[in-house]
Amino acid sequence: MNFIVQGYPAWAYGGGRTFDPALPAIVFLHGAALDHSVWQWQSRYFAHHGFAVLAVDLPGHGRSPGTPRPTIGAMADWVADLVEAAGLEAAHVVGHSMGSLVALDTAIRHPRRVARLALLGAAVPMAVGEPFLAAAKDDSPAAFDMQSVWGHARHVALAASAVPGIALHGASRRLVARARPGVQHTDLAACHAYAPAVEALHGVKAPTLVVAGRRDLMTPWKSGEALAREIPGAAFVLLDAGHAMTGESPREVLHALHAHLRARP
Amino acid sequence: MAHSGPKTPHIDTLAVHAGQSPDPATGARAVPIYQSASFVLPDTDTAAALFNLELPGHVYSRLSNPTVAVFEERMAALEGGVGAIATASGQAALHLAIATLMGRGGHIVSSASLYGGSHNLLHYTLPRFGIETTFVPVGDPGAWRGAIRPETRLLFGESVGNPSVGVLDIPALGEIADAHAIPLLVDATVTTPCLGRALDMGAHLVVHSATKFLSGHGVVIGGVLVDGGRFDWDASGKFPTLTEPYDGFHGMVFSEESAVSAFLLRARREGLRDFGACMAAMTAFQILQGLETLHLRMPRHVRTTATVVEFLARHEAVARVHHPDVAAHPDHALAKRLYPDGCSAILAFELKGGREAGRKFIEALTLFSHLANIGDAKSLVIHPASTTHFRMDDAALAAAGIGAGTVRLSIGLEHPDDLLEDLSRALRASQK
Repeated sequence: MNFIVQGYPAWAYGGGRTFDPALPAIVFLHGAALDHSVWQWQSRYFAHHGFAVLAVDLPGHGRSPGTPRPTIGAMADWVADLVEAAGLEAAHVVGHSMGSLVALDTAIRHPRRVARLALLGAAVPMAVGEPFLAAAKDDSPAAFDMQSVWGHARHVALAASAVPGIALHGASRRLVARARPGVQHTDLAACHAYAPAVEALHGVKAPTLVVAGRRDLMTPWKSGEALAREIPGAAFVLLDAGHAMTGESPREVLHALHAHLRARP
Repeated sequence: MAHSGPKTPHIDTLAVHAGQSPDPATGARAVPIYQSASFVLPDTDTAAALFNLELPGHVYSRLSNPTVAVFEERMAALEGGVGAIATASGQAALHLAIATLMGRGGHIVSSASLYGGSHNLLHYTLPRFGIETTFVPVGDPGAWRGAIRPETRLLFGESVGNPSVGVLDIPALGEIADAHAIPLLVDATVTTPCLGRALDMGAHLVVHSATKFLSGHGVVIGGVLVDGGRFDWDASGKFPTLTEPYDGFHGMVFSEESAVSAFLLRARREGLRDFGACMAAMTAFQILQGLETLHLRMPRHVRTTATVVEFLARHEAVARVHHPDVAAHPDHALAKRLYPDGCSAILAFELKGGREAGRKFIEALTLFSHLANIGDAKSLVIHPASTTHFRMDDAALAAAGIGAGTVRLSIGLEHPDDLLEDLSRALRASQK
């Protein structure tokens, strides 16, 4: 479904249901150079279990036109505006990888827009290696390979997929390769540069869940655990998964989110 | 600036491992045969979620099966695709691809150099369902371009044609397909991902008869359809089955669900569900046994074929050999470019003496088996005009590169000297 956010159309997947702003809403935020489909399994489930779902394509990604925002802060402002454009006071905000930083910064900059917060594959700082940034800057296929290979647990290249008939590496690589030129680099550079003050983390009021993957090669799970320690009252869940946990372990991610988002304050 | 990406497993390792984890229930290292029609639904909420695609998982073996999924994911990894669907046969895979993309009023541009069964489907059967095909010479890009109409929804050809052994210029046709916003489907049965990956060359979709080299031992019938995930269905605007709400699944818009796996979602949720040409678990297991040695078998197949081609080309009883290894073959240079390690373990040749000489030749062979198949460990021979392609008229036969005296060989894994001895004796007999 489409909204107008900051003067441009913004597209969000509703999980197969018509968006109902009267229901508790969840905004799902994808990672660098990806789109809403990384939340395919979780978003569709929640949409059919009592929630209004907005699995967005960030500006310049997937079905949303416009220019990718150059900083995590600008992306967070966009999310807050989306929540308002959707007719909501607040929403649960769930982010993965770059999306986790956007979710976190939305809670920092626009606390009244965030009911509950869930951060998956998160690390602050989220340093990106120079070779990765350089390859992305050139839109090199090597950068697509880096994101898809390092983005999954090492065994995934040869393992059975949680989604029958889908090769996770191949699907991930193709999704990144479809991103518009320059988008992957803009996103990775935004992740690399994001450096919130520790006091800002201490000031997060939204009940927070941090989900990490024991086999994560991009944001090691100890970074997620450290982040959870800095956010007051944050819960921490460790899964036997890599960075791309929404596809690698869709059910386990769903269970963790379900427990967090169904909880009453 | 050159960038070097992370290392990924070689094709040899993918052929042995991809898509399979040690069995989570028992620890079995070999692929277990999940010989079960259905899978228990733990509770009603999970059941509803599985049916409604809110959760991934197995429900009923017509839609998916754990053993079959190993084969699908292994083929996707070998081809460099986003996923795959295994089918009851190669013909079922071709039908599934077409039926997912178009209905009445659709049009296909196809190479004229096709397996007889595929030609039959396109030329005789699909018109009954309102889908027309224009056949064009495999090596004439202008003819492909010229045959495309506003209602064209697919370009189709065999990577290496059976039995003419013409080579499809996948990079050139991929460009034509991209320029017209139509996908290119390649039947890569003869080449397999071991000799060349059609998706990397520019194809959008790949089908195989897994009966042939993938399984490699002539024991099963099966097929597979692989999606490269590169085609932009929304931008094309020609595929409402993938970009508009589908009443058969609560108004699902497949390209909204996933831009890269929209085609596979519809093919599985509609094509497998409604047409039902699924693969059995036992079949997948047997194909996987063969697939584990694909990277060992294919080099041997093509190496021995080169020896046979050289022998036949010099033989006085042979008028002409059809194989790209022959320097005079029109696709010699193209084959070297696309398939540097060899392109085909099938070949065709014209015997001096026409149909009667062909009869004597086939009946004098003892090591080659006279049957309708290719891609077996055993060497095979057949006379296409009277068997695999018998439904084609003379014009269609000629367009497919088949004459009345054409003999097709599929070269197996026997010792080359023994094959040459058998051929030599039968060739002498053919001229008596």
